[in-house]
Amino acid sequence: MEHYLSLFIRAVFIENMALAFFLGMCTFLAISKKVQAALGLGIAVVVVLTITVPVNNLIYNNLLADGALAWAGLPDVDLSFLGLLSYIGVIAAIVQIMEMFLDKFVPALYNALGVFLPLITVNCAILGASLFMVERDYTFGESVAFGSGAGVGWALAIVALAGIREKLKYSDIPAGLQGLGITFITVGLMSLGFMSFGGISI
Amino acid sequence: MGLRKILDNMEHHFQDGGRYQNWYALYEAVDTIFYSPGSVTKSNAHVRDGVDLKRIMITVWFCAFPAMFYGMYNLGFQANDIIAAHGGEVAGWRGALIGMFGGYDAGSLWDCFFFGALYFLPIYLVTFVVGGFWEVLFAMKRGHEVNEGFFVTSILFALTCPPDIPLWQVALGISFGVVIGKEVFGGTGKNFLNPALTGRAFLYFAYPASMSGDAVWTAVDGYTGATPLSVVASGGMPALEAQWTWMDAFLGNLPGSIGETSTLAILIGGAVLLLMRIAAWRIVAGVFLGMVALSTLMNLVGSDTNPAFAMPWYWHLVTGGFAFGMMFMATDPVSAAMTNGGKWAYGILIGLMAVLIRVMNPAFPEGIMLAILFGNIFAPLTDHFVIQANIKRRLARVQ
Repeated sequence: MEHYLSLFIRAVFIENMALAFFLGMCTFLAISKKVQAALGLGIAVVVVLTITVPVNNLIYNNLLADGALAWAGLPDVDLSFLGLLSYIGVIAAIVQIMEMFLDKFVPALYNALGVFLPLITVNCAILGASLFMVERDYTFGESVAFGSGAGVGWALAIVALAGIREKLKYSDIPAGLQGLGITFITVGLMSLGFMSFGGISI
Repeated sequence: MGLRKILDNMEHHFQDGGRYQNWYALYEAVDTIFYSPGSVTKSNAHVRDGVDLKRIMITVWFCAFPAMFYGMYNLGFQANDIIAAHGGEVAGWRGALIGMFGGYDAGSLWDCFFFGALYFLPIYLVTFVVGGFWEVLFAMKRGHEVNEGFFVTSILFALTCPPDIPLWQVALGISFGVVIGKEVFGGTGKNFLNPALTGRAFLYFAYPASMSGDAVWTAVDGYTGATPLSVVASGGMPALEAQWTWMDAFLGNLPGSIGETSTLAILIGGAVLLLMRIAAWRIVAGVFLGMVALSTLMNLVGSDTNPAFAMPWYWHLVTGGFAFGMMFMATDPVSAAMTNGGKWAYGILIGLMAVLIRVMNPAFPEGIMLAILFGNIFAPLTDHFVIQANIKRRLARVQ
């Protein structure tokens, strides 16, 4: 249990998807104008990551990895070259289901997220988490902890960024830096703050 | 009122169409240092109060003086103490000046103070000139006022530098702090990170060799002496108590960044800030409680491998920059949380993070700087939720 907990905390703070790896930047920058919308997207990403990483873990370990098909009598087959394709397929399916779910039950959030909801499919934080999972040889349990942690970390970062951007509405930014320019600088400075975790070994 | 007359006679040169209209910001800054401006707020809603931004900032600046003067003395004392024990003296222009006006006697108040001043004043001067240059440049180009907030930024930045820091790094650090930390957002009151800490953190990550480690905390070349926090991280509490008593640490008889050593001097300045309600007591209390809570918890949990777990809260308070950060950095009204509930959350977050980084993170022996930056990041969010809760509560009352 402690192992899973420390993996979760590492994924949230130390290896934060947005502020340590700079993954998922497009949605991170686009949907961080309002805290409410950012919170909604953050939760959506948490859900997607918590489902897709373990599912991809199962697919990889039981179908794709070298020798994984031994249960089907094919011990020499290595399908890991199909990895990227399968992960994206799983992610797209999950996002599609979630989109229908939100459209039906939380239409306000569905409208606020707009095109960025289907774009979660190509959010690099989501695919990145699956690829990290493969690279680091996580077991199923570890991939649940890592997936949810990566999602919570990303959500935390985007909500904090949205809070700062709401505050920055009252600032007086030079014309050339308004909009995305200052957001990039803000994200850089936030990542400076998150460097406080770099080096913690738990 | 000769000065008023001189300023008035000059004023038309600086107004629109005058010869020096680009330099208006500079004129305005000098004018308002000496005299209260006659103009008042024109919009409908405003608070009438004798305390304005300028007075607040100058008060903070003065409140940092006890720590600054003690820091200069202590810098000299630590260095002279080592020189007396190990020999060696200071080379270059500093050595020449010490030879002329001072000495290396650790028992002499003047010798120590003069030695420290020779190190601190160049750092402060560079901070002030370089940072002031950016401040004035932006004020002129962007048409806002040169603000006294820079006095505070400059002294806080200079006081957090280690004694041995090269001056070009000081210039680089304050440039980053003022330009990226503050001016790109539009100047005083518009930034979300504390500019002094932004510059300090930039230097810390860019030049770790001259901002951390054991060699930079005393102004004697080639001498390495660990700060109390790195002693704890490697040897635990017995090693710390063998080298310093708690009273040493409280009074400030330790190596460290220039302004952070004496908890007593910081608390004197901090008490004035709290009494004048410039520093929010909720933030200070929150930082303190967060630190006490987590360090006590860690004492109780204990650890076989990490000796820093055993460090009690009263040692956390007096070592490193904790007191300085708590009183002067965390309470920065711009980058801190604005609402009362938010202030508590923000303070407690900083206190927890400071201890967490100190104890759990082997990469950084000191954590208060990064903890405050982390707190700054989440301060707007805590405000947001406090305000939303408030709106919800009041809406419920309406219905």
